Amino acid sequence: MSELPFARDHGLVLCHICSKACQADSPTCPRCDSAVHARKPHSISRTWAFLVAALIFYIPANTLPVMYTQMFGSASENTILSGVIEFWKGGSWDIALLIFFASVVVPCLKFFALGLLLVTCQRRSRWAMRERSRLFRFIELIGYWSMLDVLVVALVAALVQFRSLSTVEPRLGILFFGVVVVLTMFAAMSFDPRLIWDAEVTDD
Amino acid sequence: MTIATDWIICEHCDTLYRAVPLQPGQASLCRRCGAVLWRQPRLGLQQQLALTITAALMFVFANSFPVITISFEGLANAATLGESVKALAQGQITPMAAVMGVTVILAPLLQILLLFWLLGHACGGRVAPGFKLCMRTLEHLRPWSMLEVCLLGILVAIIKLGSMLSVHPGIGLWALAMLAVLIILISGKSVQQLWALYEART
Ligand SMILES: [Zn+2]
Ligand SMILES: [Zn+2]
Repeated sequence: MSELPFARDHGLVLCHICSKACQADSPTCPRCDSAVHARKPHSISRTWAFLVAALIFYIPANTLPVMYTQMFGSASENTILSGVIEFWKGGSWDIALLIFFASVVVPCLKFFALGLLLVTCQRRSRWAMRERSRLFRFIELIGYWSMLDVLVVALVAALVQFRSLSTVEPRLGILFFGVVVVLTMFAAMSFDPRLIWDAEVTDD
Repeated sequence: MTIATDWIICEHCDTLYRAVPLQPGQASLCRRCGAVLWRQPRLGLQQQLALTITAALMFVFANSFPVITISFEGLANAATLGESVKALAQGQITPMAAVMGVTVILAPLLQILLLFWLLGHACGGRVAPGFKLCMRTLEHLRPWSMLEVCLLGILVAIIKLGSMLSVHPGIGLWALAMLAVLIILISGKSVQQLWALYEART
C-alpha cells in the first residue's frame, strides 16, 4: 500500500478540531485557532499513565461495595460482581449479562486493547496494522457504555427512598468505578492511532 | 457541494487524499485503514435547525418530568434526572455527581444551545458571533454526551426494581428517548460543513 501518500511527507498536518489540512510549520490551525501537532504530544507516555492509573483504581472499584440496600428489614451491600450474581440467581440473566458486559468485559477489553496497541507501537510492529486500527476505533466506540452501572445506581438510589421501610444508597466503589471509566476515556483520547502506521515509514 | 478543503487527511492513519464531491448520505472510506474520512450530511441546515429546536423542547420535558415512578405499599416516589444526580452527591462520592451531571445534563444542554446558536445564524446567512469558540467547544463536548447510556441505565433500573415494586415509566423517559435519538442525529461531524460556509464568507 505504499502508493498511498502520508500527509506528513507532503508537509501537511490534520487539525483534529475542524479537519483542515494545515501547513506543518504553523503551530495553530489558521481556520479554528486550535493547536495542531503532527502527532499528539507524548501520546505513548500519557496513554500509559492514564491506563496504569485506571488499572489501579479498577481494584477498589471491584472490591468495595457500590450500593447499600436496606429493604424489608434486611440490609446488604453489593459490589459490582455480587450485584451481577444476584441478578443471575434471581432469574434476570439478561440484565446480569448486560451489566457484566458494561462493567467487566468493556473495561477489561479496553485495558487489554490499549496495552496491546501501546506495546506494538513502541516496538514499531508492522503486524495487523489495519486490524489494530479497527480495534482502536472499536474501543473508542464502546468505551463510554461502562458508565451504565454508575447511572443505574444513581437512579435506583434516587428512587428507593421510603425512609424507614427501604432505602438505597450509593457507596464508595461507584466513585472508583466512575473514575476508571473517565480515566480510560482520557487514555483512549491521548492515544494517537497514526502511530500504528508510522511503522511503515522506515527512515526515523 | 464539496468539502471545505481540497485536501482531506485520515485522522486515523495520516493518509492524504484529494476530496471528491459526494452525494448526501454517501461516505468516503480510507483505503489504508478503513476509517470513515467524511460522510456527506443527509440533512440540510434548516432541517438540522428544526431538529435542534425539537431537541431543546425534549430536553425541557426530559428534565422537568420524572423518568421513573415507583409505588410500594401505598407510598409513591418519582425521580427526575436532576434528582438522580443529587442522589450521587450524598456521602463520600460527591465527585461522581459532577461526572453524571456533565454527561447526562450539562453536555447535551450545551450541545443543543451551541447548535441552535450556530445553525440559527447560518440559516440566516450570517456567521454567529464567537463562531470559532462555539465550534471548538462542540467538538470537545461530543465524547462526554452519554444520553444513550443513560437511557439503557433507566431501562435496567426499571427491570431491577420491577421484581420488587411496581414501576411506571414517566413522561421524562419518553422525552429522554427522543432526545437521545435527536442528539445522535444532530451532534455528529455533519456540523463541520459550517466551516466551509465560514471560509466562503471570510
Ligand atoms: Zn482547525
Ligand atoms: Zn486512514
